[in-house]
Amino acid sequence: MSIAALTSAEPPKPPASGWSGKHLLGLEDLSREEIHFILDTAESFGEVSSRTRKKVPALQGRIVFNLFFENSTRTRTSFSLAAKRLSADVQDFSASVSSLSKGETFIDTAKNIEAMGADVLVVRHSSPGAPHLLARHVQCGIINAGDGAHEHPTQGLLDLLTIRKAKGRIEGLTVGLVGDISHSRVARSNIWGLTKLGAKVILCGPPTLVPRSLEGLGCEIAYSLDDILPRLDVVNVLRIQSERQQQGLFPSVAEYSRFYGMNQERVSKAPGDLLLLAPGPINRGVELTPEVADGPNSAILEQVKNGLAVRMAVLYLLGGKTDAKPAAD
Amino acid sequence: MSGPEQRLCDALGLDALIIRLAGQILDGRTAGVPLALVGVRSRGVPLAERIAIQLRRETGDAVPVGALDITLYRDDMERARRWPVLQGTDIPFAVDGVEVILVDDVLHTGRTVRAALNAICDLGRPACIRLAIAVDRGGRELPIQPDAVGLVVVAAPGARVHVRIAPVDAVEEVVRISAPKAGEVRA
Repeated sequence: MSIAALTSAEPPKPPASGWSGKHLLGLEDLSREEIHFILDTAESFGEVSSRTRKKVPALQGRIVFNLFFENSTRTRTSFSLAAKRLSADVQDFSASVSSLSKGETFIDTAKNIEAMGADVLVVRHSSPGAPHLLARHVQCGIINAGDGAHEHPTQGLLDLLTIRKAKGRIEGLTVGLVGDISHSRVARSNIWGLTKLGAKVILCGPPTLVPRSLEGLGCEIAYSLDDILPRLDVVNVLRIQSERQQQGLFPSVAEYSRFYGMNQERVSKAPGDLLLLAPGPINRGVELTPEVADGPNSAILEQVKNGLAVRMAVLYLLGGKTDAKPAAD
Repeated sequence: MSGPEQRLCDALGLDALIIRLAGQILDGRTAGVPLALVGVRSRGVPLAERIAIQLRRETGDAVPVGALDITLYRDDMERARRWPVLQGTDIPFAVDGVEVILVDDVLHTGRTVRAALNAICDLGRPACIRLAIAVDRGGRELPIQPDAVGLVVVAAPGARVHVRIAPVDAVEEVVRISAPKAGEVRA
């Protein structure tokens, strides 16, 4: 990098609006400026992860609790690592071995953990709105790490960051979300984030998995992947969950793969700079073939790296909010 | 309300100050050890850039320049109500075995320098780190002293000293702003 480039960005971008939120519950709640602010902060944290010593003291003395009422090794590991890179103390909490199994309520569990000094609770729950409920009953910061089929905001943010870094912008792009839209929290967070930042979103999949009602969020609905591929700058391939297949929402995995799987033939018909995302874990041979998953259009591992940066940014921005307002009740 | 503002040097004076800093850096350098400049964001970066230009004029050698954001190393984070915006560290060279000249605009309490030393040491193991400061205004709270100083200013507690430099600022100068008088509210 040239010397001039170091100062060309000066004066630093003012915190136009910054992010004054105490919780991250979903992208639906954030403005376009707040989303860009979080992404800018995440880009700064990307540099920390590229160092030999990948650690900064920003959250020294803070305690981050991972409250996972639903299994998720990947997201929990990413949050844990992000907190550790900021020098926070991290404690994992698994519902299966907790007092919840002895009859304690969800809110009481969270209040007990807060009483142990938690500054931030990272919450995953199978019920939509569970993190929102906790946010009304505890004073520490709440990060939604996935609530049912509602939202997964840090996944949405990391997808946005991956697109912004690869394409240099989000505004004006056309992004296809392909797969099980009905049951996907990732899809909802992507829809909110992408449309707020000026991208066009096309939802694509079998009619049983793509509800028409989502048109109301400003999306286009399509049932043929081949028809929309030439228009796409980005395709985000969502995972087909095996339990959905057992509900009979589509005839067979093989048929799904034939119509909606990203294979080399489809990639070759798409624009050359098509960016391929997949939130993972990926089912090789179902939503995408191995050569596509590992091919030049794939940004899957970049997503993992960017996920760490996004979670560091969110923990940093929430970890400093010590002037907690009183709980509502 | 602030007290009156007194200009201590103008753009030409700032140029002279930068030449003085470059001379002191060359006088104090270790022979055979590569040199690099690291400016503390925000105003330390254009200062480092200008010093590098002067060093090149004097020696013919290009000296690499990096930018250091010390936000994540501040010791007052616990007290912050709204956490500062990150501007990012950008040091495009390895610091291992290098004589790093840390450059900042004003040296006051020494807390920024302490944070910067920790931040640089997290990036590698320099041969040594030296401190170049445009203006030393006194009032240290930590045992930190500069190796190169452009200007020494006496400033009462509560007074402020600003180095204004392009492209961060529209004008180039060094000013001292007096402490507000009793009964006045500082802006």
